[in-house]
Amino acid sequence: MDSGARGDHAIETRGLNLWYGDFQALYDVDLTVKRGIITSMIGPSGCGKTTMLRTCNRIIERLGYVRTTGSVYVLGHDIFGDDVELVQVRKQIGMVFQRPNPLPISIRDNVLFGFKLHEARLRRVSAAEEDEVLESSLRQVLLWDTVKDRLDKPATGLSLEEQQKLCIARLLPVKPAVLLMDEPCSALDPAGTEAVEELIWKLRGDYTILIVTHNMAQARRASDECVFMLLGRIIEHGRTEELFLAPEHSETSDYIEGRYG
Amino acid sequence: MFAPTPLNRRSYRKQRLARAVFFLMTVALIVPVLVIVGTLVIRGGPAISWEFLFTPPRNFMTEGGILPALVGTVWLVLVALLASVPVGVAAALYLSEYAPDNLLTRTINLAIINLAGVPSIVHALFGVGAFVLFFRIGASILAASLTLAVMTLPVVIVATRESLQAVPQAFREACWNMGATRWQTIRKVVLPNSISGILTGVILEVSRTTGETAPIMFTGAAAFVAFLPESVFDQTMAMSYHLYYLATQATDVPEQTTFGVALVLIAIVLAMNAISIAFRVYLRGQKKW
Repeated sequence: MDSGARGDHAIETRGLNLWYGDFQALYDVDLTVKRGIITSMIGPSGCGKTTMLRTCNRIIERLGYVRTTGSVYVLGHDIFGDDVELVQVRKQIGMVFQRPNPLPISIRDNVLFGFKLHEARLRRVSAAEEDEVLESSLRQVLLWDTVKDRLDKPATGLSLEEQQKLCIARLLPVKPAVLLMDEPCSALDPAGTEAVEELIWKLRGDYTILIVTHNMAQARRASDECVFMLLGRIIEHGRTEELFLAPEHSETSDYIEGRYG
Repeated sequence: MFAPTPLNRRSYRKQRLARAVFFLMTVALIVPVLVIVGTLVIRGGPAISWEFLFTPPRNFMTEGGILPALVGTVWLVLVALLASVPVGVAAALYLSEYAPDNLLTRTINLAIINLAGVPSIVHALFGVGAFVLFFRIGASILAASLTLAVMTLPVVIVATRESLQAVPQAFREACWNMGATRWQTIRKVVLPNSISGILTGVILEVSRTTGETAPIMFTGAAAFVAFLPESVFDQTMAMSYHLYYLATQATDVPEQTTFGVALVLIAIVLAMNAISIAFRVYLRGQKKW
């Protein structure tokens, strides 16, 4: 850790500005995400939530016209530093997308994809160890019992809820510290949403989770802290129940009361 | 209450008229194909025999078969593919997976489209200038195939790039987010899911290359070579050029022979297209998203 204070936080941004070409999407964002809890981000469409999330693992850079200033520390380390290897950043920070995106290969290969990419190239990994990693990852996401008899079937044959759980499961063997989730339930039906929320709550503690959601009820019931963003700025950040019960800013209360969105 | 009004009837008449016009256009489209194939089968069919396919021409091409031309075409097409596919696929991978969207990339894309539009006779002259004379390869299979390769390159690139871009972006993001490099992403996810499209493009290119005459005319095809090619530095006969020669240069060639050559040539091309279509249907059935 190059800075003790920063090491206590999973993600910390300082004066983060981001432009898509000429359009500024983030303005001076100072965000601190504490370790081991679930932080939700809410705000109307286009307010910069997803941009914020995608900046934290630098996936945003694949759009060539993105420019950032300011700094982002993950686990105390500047991810824009000179000696930073993107692969290492992304190993620490897993991401779950809005639409489940399992690869068109078997369930087993999906879960072991990252593991084979990283672990299995450093040392010999026995088949037994692979099976163990596979089972424990699928157990962690409450999917083992459903899929244990069809591990070699294509992952794209699963239901959306199962696919989304699988997408979470395949991050785990790489042992990330932070999970970023971009509206992970918005493609799911109510039962699927409930199941995935339950899973997210179960992963709390072992992982730091930053979740973007359009669903205020979800933010309210499934997060410890909540961040409200508007037009590229963070308006309010506090404990979820306080933010919902007694918001400090009028923009926040207007939004959570549904006056715009 | 639900009886048709005059307005309904008028709309319906117009719609029937439109349908009839479109149907006629479709028929007009397939008539030439049927006439060409039909003529060739009727007038060239009797020429086809084992002897026709497997012996060289004799007696100033008035007798004998087409074996050197058939073999020569296979050589030309194979060598052209060996040259154009690696270069084309690599270029498409770069343009689709690595290149940033900037002025240079856009210029390259424009150049590729323009290269695809260059007439084949211009490619032929380029081939003479570049491969035969400048690189001193001389008129040979190699020079002719390289000329064909240059000509087919843009199509290989465009077909490959399109199949690469048909792979959902979500797959790439999934890989990158697990810490895969671009190359790992390409090798494990992008290529396995686009290989069918790439191969289809390549097979279609084979059929086009088979039929081209101009690019090989000055660069390596000969009207008559008694022996089969032994290396890429030999000159060779080729089906397309043989047909051109029989039809316009040779005298006293039985009409049946000329049509027979045309029939074999078109059969190769149609067979290639059919293989490519069957292959695509098969691989599409394998896709799971």
